[in-house]
Amino acid sequence: MSSLARPLPHDAARLHVTGQARYVDDIPTPAGTLHLAFGLSEVAHGVLRGIDLSEVRNCPGVIDVLTAADLPFDNDVSPSAHDEPLLATDRVHYVGQPVFLVIADSHLTARRAARKGRIAIDPLPAILTVDQAMEANSRFEEGPRVYEKGDAKAAIADAMHRLTGTIEVGGQEHFYLEGQAAMALPQDGGDMVIHSSTQHPTEIQHKVAEAVGLPMHAVRVEMRRMGGGFGGKESQGNALAVACAIAARHTGRACKMRYDRDDDMVITGKRHDIRIDYDVGFDDAGRVAGVNFVHKLRCGWAMDLSLPVADRAMLHADNAYHLPTCRIESHRLKTNTQSATAFRGFGGPQGMVGIERVMDHIAHHLGLDPLAVRQVNYYSEAGGPSAPPPPPESISAKMKTEAVQTTPYFMEVEDFELHAITAQLADQAGYAARRAAVAAWNADNAVVKRGVALTPVKFGISFTLTHLNQAGALVHVYSDGSIQVNHGGTEMGQGLFQKMAQVADASFGCGIERIKVTATDTSKVPNTSATAASSGSDLNGMAVRAACEVIKARMAEGVAAYFGCDARDIRFVGGQVSDGAGREISFDEAAQRCYEARISLSSTGYYKTPKVAWDRIAGRGRPFYYFAYGAAMSEVAVDTLTGEYRILRSDIIHDVGASLNPAIDVGQIEGGFVQGAGWLTSEELVWNGDGRLRTHAPSTYKIPACGDRPDVFNVELWSEGRNREDTIYRSKAVGEPPFMLGISALMALSDAVAACGTGYPDLQAPATPERVLAAVNKVRRG
Amino acid sequence: MTKITMTVNGKSYSGEVEGRTLLVNFLRETLSLTGTHVGCDTSQCGACTVHVNGQNVKSCTMFAIEADGADVTTVEGIAAPDGTLSTVQQAFQDYHGLQCGFCTPGMIMTATKLLENNPKPTEHEVREYLEGNICRCTGYHNIVKAIMAASGQEVTPVAAAE
Ligand code: FES
Ligand code: FES
Repeated sequence: MSSLARPLPHDAARLHVTGQARYVDDIPTPAGTLHLAFGLSEVAHGVLRGIDLSEVRNCPGVIDVLTAADLPFDNDVSPSAHDEPLLATDRVHYVGQPVFLVIADSHLTARRAARKGRIAIDPLPAILTVDQAMEANSRFEEGPRVYEKGDAKAAIADAMHRLTGTIEVGGQEHFYLEGQAAMALPQDGGDMVIHSSTQHPTEIQHKVAEAVGLPMHAVRVEMRRMGGGFGGKESQGNALAVACAIAARHTGRACKMRYDRDDDMVITGKRHDIRIDYDVGFDDAGRVAGVNFVHKLRCGWAMDLSLPVADRAMLHADNAYHLPTCRIESHRLKTNTQSATAFRGFGGPQGMVGIERVMDHIAHHLGLDPLAVRQVNYYSEAGGPSAPPPPPESISAKMKTEAVQTTPYFMEVEDFELHAITAQLADQAGYAARRAAVAAWNADNAVVKRGVALTPVKFGISFTLTHLNQAGALVHVYSDGSIQVNHGGTEMGQGLFQKMAQVADASFGCGIERIKVTATDTSKVPNTSATAASSGSDLNGMAVRAACEVIKARMAEGVAAYFGCDARDIRFVGGQVSDGAGREISFDEAAQRCYEARISLSSTGYYKTPKVAWDRIAGRGRPFYYFAYGAAMSEVAVDTLTGEYRILRSDIIHDVGASLNPAIDVGQIEGGFVQGAGWLTSEELVWNGDGRLRTHAPSTYKIPACGDRPDVFNVELWSEGRNREDTIYRSKAVGEPPFMLGISALMALSDAVAACGTGYPDLQAPATPERVLAAVNKVRRG
Repeated sequence: MTKITMTVNGKSYSGEVEGRTLLVNFLRETLSLTGTHVGCDTSQCGACTVHVNGQNVKSCTMFAIEADGADVTTVEGIAAPDGTLSTVQQAFQDYHGLQCGFCTPGMIMTATKLLENNPKPTEHEVREYLEGNICRCTGYHNIVKAIMAASGQEVTPVAAAE
């Protein structure tokens, strides 16, 4: 039996529990390694007048200090618009922006010295808030992006009921437990080897090459593992790697940099916060006729990945609901704050909170069960999970146009699973009975109110920048039968490496112990995409399988020649290679014999996602290969005197297709849910009026602790799960979708608060105890 | 610079340190014991947890000089000399108590200490004891499960193979 679909532990579990697993900061450094730190802007916006570095230079242990004027080539670390200088030039754009770079003999010396720089800045008015940015028309792109399906305005005006409202949703700090880190090792001829804690080695290679004036072939980036990424290491590692490379070129010595946690939180981008205005028309059953959304996202000072993030927010404004008419207007606002960046869900969660809020508001307005309102708006199920294979092309195409509903961006929803998932979850978790129990509790208890909510997730899988949907792999079988697998994906804890080993094992049937997945390396697999958009297993799994199948076919030929049989009869099972008729040799022997027969045992593999094509300006087409689904039901208890609350119980059913590794997938769902619930409840970012982030350590920024997770927590994989598209062994991506299951916690809080009176809670996020208390008071006022 | 001596994982080490050198830096940089991680630098995340004279200590919160003469255990000293994992380590592996693994050394140290003090904790006690250890990946579910399993109490297996 192959290891595929078995709940094997994380590939490096043993190394982790014994402290042997190496992260960038753990790699032994060459003698004489230097350490770096940035001197940061203390002003949110201003003209840079001069930098007095004399005190910095005088610190014992400081080797040199560099400013923008000292940079030999390109001064840019942007992943998109070339608008993000490594070191500030004539202006500063946020509190925390790197202005100069200290090179010293130790990490602490560099950090201490960096504090001694005197940066003269003439302050300019800073744009910090959504309102300030709207007023100043400070934005990326020429104006708002608009996606439109039908005439939403008319539909809303004609509808039986109409509601308007606003929800503000805060940003989120990644708090990857391993902070950003990089190291550059100079090689002969000026070449660079870079170790970087990054989700995107190819981009590091690209930015480093530009910064040291060399072609990409002169830079090799290696990445074995990250201590968490969550999107925060998609572009935010560029600055450290580039700084290390420049300093290494400058000094000829190995250079290393890691951000102290406070610096990390002050310098790097976070999840985009958003204000969503909604205007919705609906009937007596709560069925939406039309909805108008206005998204206002604070993108920070540089473009980074904000455009695709904001696009994805628009692409998830429908979540699981068929919106017959819809208009989404998206403002990508430029502000003097950290440049907001990728974070698990990549804008999807923000878009989804908008429509979930609308559903909640409609149900409250009509006095209906919120789940009933959600279900009546679900997309129709075009064929169930056990649907027979589609009829021949011509007929199916015809039937489709009638039966299949489309998203606000005109993509057909062909794989909708949520009717069945929701029904099963509601049944298993006892939705109806528990709503009744909660109502009874609330009738009897004046102070502690309970709430319960069941919310769905439909999340689109693929990079919306279509050309990123490609991946490569490199597989070697050695003559002793051991196998090395390399692919473009990066390991950040999500278990990608173990899944890839399982995929390789499924091809060779050799036993997973023969397979080693090695560090991501730009010299093994070039031109890779970031490990992001939940795409790691989908893309790299197909590439790994492609490479394995090439070698396997060659080995089959070789063994067939040895056996004197037909290559088509050769089987690779249980560590043996057989002719299916009784003759067999071990996989190891097969490898040795193939080597001696001069058969190549190495191959690349390549994959590109089919079917995806769309126009992001018009908002039309098929950005996604398929959708991943899930549903969560959460119950909370709120102390209405203080606003404090607990999540009592959460039940989840999530669709991962046919799981490659159920234990890893369940872990992703649990972790994603808790992180999503944290975003909407306790994790609050606070900037003061000067644009200074006040929550820059875990003392003030509250990520969920062990006691914050639900007391009862039941997570199940959707038993009928099987991807209708031809993905790697019919699995589905799992990295991001479960994050949005956390929305159930916010809606349960809204439900509990609603029990305090007649008004609508209008709960804003994150729903900190302060905000919950404000909502309680609002509801009491009616 | 001051000369200090301490026993780490059963071996005696000496080294020169500045007064302000933190224990975690002494362990990681001077002794190259990089299993002890720095997650927050400010005594809040627990990734740097070690045992000093039998007590749980966040090693970013203690000066190396304060550990002069002490008996220190790090995550590298938990498995048996022949490499056999401790019950806690084995349970973290078997019950998927880790994802990125960065919090894991601190979790292992804290859990080991908990079970020394309280061999059969309730789930509530486990959670309370772990309040000083942050994990950003797992949602803690499997961490708690691993510790319950390590204490010999019954837990449901994680997504058993079909
Ligand atoms: S690094 Fe010591 S507690 Fe976080
Ligand atoms: S496993 Fe990543 S922080 Fe715990």
